[in-house]
Amino acid sequence: MNVKKQFFIYFFLPLLMVATSCREDELVVPTEYEIIGDESPQSPLRGFYLVNEGNMGSNKCTLDFYDYYTGLFSRNFYSEKNPNVIKELGDVGNDIGIYGSKLYVVVNCSHKVEVMDAHTGIRIGQIDIPNCRYVRFHRGKAYVSSYVGPVLIDANAPKGAVFEIDTATLAVTRKVSVGYQPEEMEVVDDYMYVANSGGYRVPNYDNTVSVIQMIDFKQVEQIPVGINLHRLKKDRYKKLWVTSRGDYESRPSRLYVLSKKPGYNKMIVTDTIPVACTNMAIYGDSLYYYATEWNNYTATNTISYGIIDIRTKKIVSDNFITDGTDKDITIPYGIAIHPITGDIFVTDAKNYVSSGTLYCFGRDGNKKWSVRTGDIPAHITFLYQ
Amino acid sequence: MRPIPATLMCMAIIAAYATEPSDSTFNPDKIQRLHEVVVTAATPKVEVIPAQSLDGEELQRLNSNSIADALRYFSGVQVKDYGGVGGIKTVNIRSMGTNHTGVVYDGVELGNAQNGQIDLGQFSLDNIEGISLYNGQKSEILQPAKDFGSAGSIYIRTRTPRFNGQETYHARATMRTGSFDLLNPSALVELKLSEKVNTSLSAEWINSSGKYKFRYRRVNPAGELAYDTTAVRQNGDINATRIEVNVNGQLNLGEWHFKAYNYNSERGVPGAIVNNVWRRGERIWDTNSFVQGSYTQSFGKFTTLNNLKYAFYRTHYVNNDDKQIKIDNLYKQKEVYFSSSNQYTIFPWWHVSAAYDFMWNALDADVYGFAKPDRFTNMLSVATAIDYRRFKFQGSVLGTFIHDILKGQEALADKHVLTPAAFVSYTLCRGLSARAFYKQSYRMPTFNDLYYADMGNSKLEPERVTQYNLGLLFSKNDRGFVSAMRFSTDIYYNRVKDKIVAYPKGQQFRWTMLNLGKVDIRGIDVTALVTLNPFRDFYATVRAQYTFQRAIDVTNPADNYYRDQIPYIPRNSGAAVINLTWRKWNLNYSYIYVGERYNQQENIRYNYTQPWYTSDISLSRDLTLGRVNMRALLEVNNLLSQDYDVILNYPMPKRNFRVTLTVEI
Repeated sequence: MNVKKQFFIYFFLPLLMVATSCREDELVVPTEYEIIGDESPQSPLRGFYLVNEGNMGSNKCTLDFYDYYTGLFSRNFYSEKNPNVIKELGDVGNDIGIYGSKLYVVVNCSHKVEVMDAHTGIRIGQIDIPNCRYVRFHRGKAYVSSYVGPVLIDANAPKGAVFEIDTATLAVTRKVSVGYQPEEMEVVDDYMYVANSGGYRVPNYDNTVSVIQMIDFKQVEQIPVGINLHRLKKDRYKKLWVTSRGDYESRPSRLYVLSKKPGYNKMIVTDTIPVACTNMAIYGDSLYYYATEWNNYTATNTISYGIIDIRTKKIVSDNFITDGTDKDITIPYGIAIHPITGDIFVTDAKNYVSSGTLYCFGRDGNKKWSVRTGDIPAHITFLYQ
Repeated sequence: MRPIPATLMCMAIIAAYATEPSDSTFNPDKIQRLHEVVVTAATPKVEVIPAQSLDGEELQRLNSNSIADALRYFSGVQVKDYGGVGGIKTVNIRSMGTNHTGVVYDGVELGNAQNGQIDLGQFSLDNIEGISLYNGQKSEILQPAKDFGSAGSIYIRTRTPRFNGQETYHARATMRTGSFDLLNPSALVELKLSEKVNTSLSAEWINSSGKYKFRYRRVNPAGELAYDTTAVRQNGDINATRIEVNVNGQLNLGEWHFKAYNYNSERGVPGAIVNNVWRRGERIWDTNSFVQGSYTQSFGKFTTLNNLKYAFYRTHYVNNDDKQIKIDNLYKQKEVYFSSSNQYTIFPWWHVSAAYDFMWNALDADVYGFAKPDRFTNMLSVATAIDYRRFKFQGSVLGTFIHDILKGQEALADKHVLTPAAFVSYTLCRGLSARAFYKQSYRMPTFNDLYYADMGNSKLEPERVTQYNLGLLFSKNDRGFVSAMRFSTDIYYNRVKDKIVAYPKGQQFRWTMLNLGKVDIRGIDVTALVTLNPFRDFYATVRAQYTFQRAIDVTNPADNYYRDQIPYIPRNSGAAVINLTWRKWNLNYSYIYVGERYNQQENIRYNYTQPWYTSDISLSRDLTLGRVNMRALLEVNNLLSQDYDVILNYPMPKRNFRVTLTVEI
């Protein structure tokens, strides 16, 4: 046999074989655990859930859980708990909430609300809602905002809707058409207020808060507030705090306050706080907020953190992170406050396509701990025992 | 039309053109290279630049639907394939990124000023005669300035009519059908208009439902089945036509070519398969048309090559998904291109050349906030080639000047980039040569990078690549038992800096583009080819390639993914093809292996993507009835029916079939 052929057979082909490794059975996505050690077994608060959104199309919406009893952080536990769910939790998580014994996760690009047992994380069912965004609860019902309304008046720019779900049967009971691309909602005195963004109608953003009368589930009013609204939170004085994203160009992000004049049943804009606000969380009389604003000239994000006194509506602090950790945060993406201790949670989404970080700060603004999360950590809900 | 049996010719081509010949004085892409009878014993040409080719019969026998499929057999190449007949397929050479790959169709580079990516799935193999891949640039110095600009280039050559003796025409009709409800008839007519002028008309229609079964299966660590689901890929249909007219003329010491090309398609965009979403409503209509002409003439020691092109691309994108916000966008691109390359032969072993290219690109999009940009590109290159005994050298410098004009928005500041390249090879002994090269190249930010509504960043700088390569080539042709043999290996080191990456701003998938990435790429490409002729009329050809690549992100030590392998680049990949020819029968087996990869920047288990490897097999039989040649070809792809994703959540087809019938007179 020719020497060169031998060379080929004995040298080259084995090289190819050595270099190749084989496929194995594709395993259920495994859970990872990390010891954090911030334990408080006596607390009525068992822990919290964190939804990682995952980049669009990646199907990497994941759930993490921190357990205050054990001090263990479980990363990506959904698949191990629910191995039979085809293609796991889904694509782009957008909100999370607990009501009664059930945990609800809004999975935007999987067009569904996933319902699990709040203590075990085991799946109970799902509610199909197209392009769903946020979930809130009121009197035995869950309410989910959706970018795509049931009635397509204008096929090119359909109005959004709010769906009502019976939390016992998980069936959609009622729906109502609201403004364009609705986001967060709150219920105050049996009226629901919905922030409409109109983000898909650039440059004709929506600028209203829809008011839904809960008895007959009808939109009764649209209050003009500011363009491209997003967050909407109520405080204990029945005021609404609403953020505007601005147009990312000449009109900056703003924070608005809505309240009722004494003797009237109508919310109106009473204050415009001159700060940019991307997201916020309320604890006691303090509203913690952060803002990310892109600066075209320096090609960097300008990030700010602050605290507002909700009674005086004055900024009382221009940074709730006091130990300099804010320098490590690339893109703050979510905020939550421990309802008992007042610990502040801030998530960092980094570059959107790699693992994020969850930071825990004490009330004094010093970092207590941080942990690696899934992709785009964003929304947190607390679990009581 | 074929004076010798097709199979023999196939061998001859492999033997002589395993490497691209570089000895032609004229445009080598179109010169008549197939003097079939002469080549069998020709000494293989030593190429100064690492090159890989697939030609003629060999190309037709590889189970390939498109040019992208055929490129999988080249080393150092990664094909991104979103699956199916209509799925987008792009090519990445040596991990430098799709935008660094130049694709040249019959001598003129294809452009896409909008996003810089060429979908090679749109180019069928129907009338393709050869595909060559060059790392760095082509060995020829008589070429447009633009051809000196890419980090790696793919040259696609369509079939050129060749008439023997009294022949005045050829006609060929082909019908392909098979899985995915494929219906793909095509026709080719070649006419000899005069002794010096001929023309060809090639037309093709592709219709496919794009439906195929795919399967997702998971087990839990105990080995119990978690889920196992098989579904049918939806919205992957395609309906496309391609019409191409060529006119070629011979001159005294020169030649000219004219081409008109039109591609029209309507496609569904199958989209990612994610939880609760098995069907999407996105559709794309593409119209790509261009006309191009080239003229080559020699005047003694001076040769000039001139190209002219006008292209119009129209893309209509609609999202009809009733769960999503409706989108309906129209994009129109125009391109005017002119190139003049001129070569002077100082001595028979020493050539110098200078080329000037001008290009105008315009994009019109009805997307809110998209400024309608115009780009003027001027390119000037000087190059020299020395071929002195055992020593070969090619050196070039390319200057690129870019000027953008925008209405009502800040345009990119004028850019100019100077990029040198040097290639040497030395023949150590008969058949064995060593080669080395150094090349700098860049990619200009595309219109989308710069001006896309909200996302673009007009302050971008060009992304730069530096390549170093060292290689050995052994090549030998004989008449004996081993009739041809070729072995090459190259090691390389590439560095990408100022890589243009998407960077988040604010929230909800708001991005901008920044010059933020650095990639360090080290690799080895190995190729081998052996043709055996153990007994009369029987040939066995084995072609194999292996690639090792370590392509790591070295942008910032603070990143989670610092020094991790970049997404979708396997460390190990390879392919092997075994072709057996006996009289009029041909059996082809090909195996492709792509090793484990990560689908995102971080090399963690959540981003792990399994290796995939497919076996494809094809059998063909030639038949001659009088003047009529016929061939029947049966292909089975993914023979073992592996369920794999090339891109995460884009499942590939299971086992599929194709039958091709060709009639030629």
